[in-house]
Amino acid sequence: MPDPVFDVVVVGAGPAGLSAAKRAAESGARVALLDDNPKPGGQIWRSDPGHWKPLLGNLEPMCGVRVVTSPEPGRLTLEKFDGELEIGYGKLILATGARERFLPFPGWTLPNVMGAGGLQALVKSGLPISGKSVIVAGSGPLLLAVAKYMREHGARVEMVAEQASDSALVKFAFGLLGFPGKLLQTALFGSSLLGIRHRTSCWPVAAEGSGKLESVTFQRAGKTWKERCDYLACGFGLIPNVEIPLMLGCRLSPAGVWVDDHQQTSVPGVYCAGEVTGIGGLDLSLVEGEIAGYSAAGKPQAASALSSVRKRHRRFAERLESAFALRDELKSLPQDDTLICRCEDVSYGRVRQCSGWRDAKLHTRCGMGPCQGRVCGGAVEFLLGWKSESVRPPVFPARIGSLSGPKYPQP
Amino acid sequence: MPDTIRVSVNGTPITVPAGAMVSAAVAVAGANGFRKSVTGQPRGPLCGMGICFECRVTINGRPHCRSCQIPCEAGMEVRTDA
Repeated sequence: MPDPVFDVVVVGAGPAGLSAAKRAAESGARVALLDDNPKPGGQIWRSDPGHWKPLLGNLEPMCGVRVVTSPEPGRLTLEKFDGELEIGYGKLILATGARERFLPFPGWTLPNVMGAGGLQALVKSGLPISGKSVIVAGSGPLLLAVAKYMREHGARVEMVAEQASDSALVKFAFGLLGFPGKLLQTALFGSSLLGIRHRTSCWPVAAEGSGKLESVTFQRAGKTWKERCDYLACGFGLIPNVEIPLMLGCRLSPAGVWVDDHQQTSVPGVYCAGEVTGIGGLDLSLVEGEIAGYSAAGKPQAASALSSVRKRHRRFAERLESAFALRDELKSLPQDDTLICRCEDVSYGRVRQCSGWRDAKLHTRCGMGPCQGRVCGGAVEFLLGWKSESVRPPVFPARIGSLSGPKYPQP
Repeated sequence: MPDTIRVSVNGTPITVPAGAMVSAAVAVAGANGFRKSVTGQPRGPLCGMGICFECRVTINGRPHCRSCQIPCEAGMEVRTDA
């Protein structure tokens, strides 16, 4: 085994990874910060260097690289667009973030039906949205952020449809009184959304169009109606990206990857921080990153000093989860002929006849395509209660060349 | 750095703002889909962040590239199979 090239390797350059890298580097560790996107910032600070640059400091991030496998403890194989490399670590911090939970309904595979964060990411990537009609649907605070962003960029936001009830949201809003910063944020969103139709207890039941999206059928209080739009931005909350931790053998908690008070996972020397340990938002991610960075760099006291801050932000996360809990009626969204696995085009009717994940994979190929169940997994978990906890390398489909030999970068 | 970048999508020249991802160029090109599913349905981007593989295209002859995570470079040749 080669000597570790870096004391601490951080995977994921969103808020948690950035603050982890900053604290570890400040503590004297040689740090590498990796991300599979072309720039740091994660999804929340994508194209927002004003937020991530100060955290990055002098650190040179390695962007556009993806973890493929770990050939042995202390080493990671990475793939980039035009090649592959390996990297050694003493301690590893996984800040792999979260993705949206998608729920299948008839027509959800049509082009221009996207995630809520998905459409926002695409607009940040250069998609012109000015003058287009957009409906934002699903669940969670992200919907309001996306609606606001779309409107600021010239889209006609026709409606925001939130599946949670009014009473759940009111309860959530009052709960925010204990969190002044959050309340302010919500109030700002509320006022800037004036004029946009906001419907609670409302969700899409079908998307229609020939070749691409043309209209969406919504349901609310037993009534259904059709809305025309160019884009449907639809996500039902977030789920943690636990694949790399699982591949390394980390144990899960009900919320995400299990960690101790110092953000260390069940695998010694491997830490997790941010949404991957459970959905909790920006502030929790930042403090978890700090704790992980200090811990991995051998500063346990500095890490412990932050535990009360983390506790406070975790309470906010719990409120969030209960306010936006998905209602059971959404389980009847997919019809028997609705595709649930978009990679292998497997229908819900075929999957629900199976006895569990393994059976479904073997007999229908659900979850066996390029995304490796990352999209259908969140749906299957909600619809059928199956949780997939087996991840085998490579953690993403990889080129043969990426698995064929060590190449070490110089620190 | 120039303000715009020219790439080709299925042989058609497309101009996008500097820093745009390949996914944006393909969308601007007006293709109804980025790829065809295994049963022939048109598909476009879903997650926008490298998870879902629905936006994959061929870039400079290299297949299965996730267009949402790859920045446009001048002269890039992008092909969709939708």
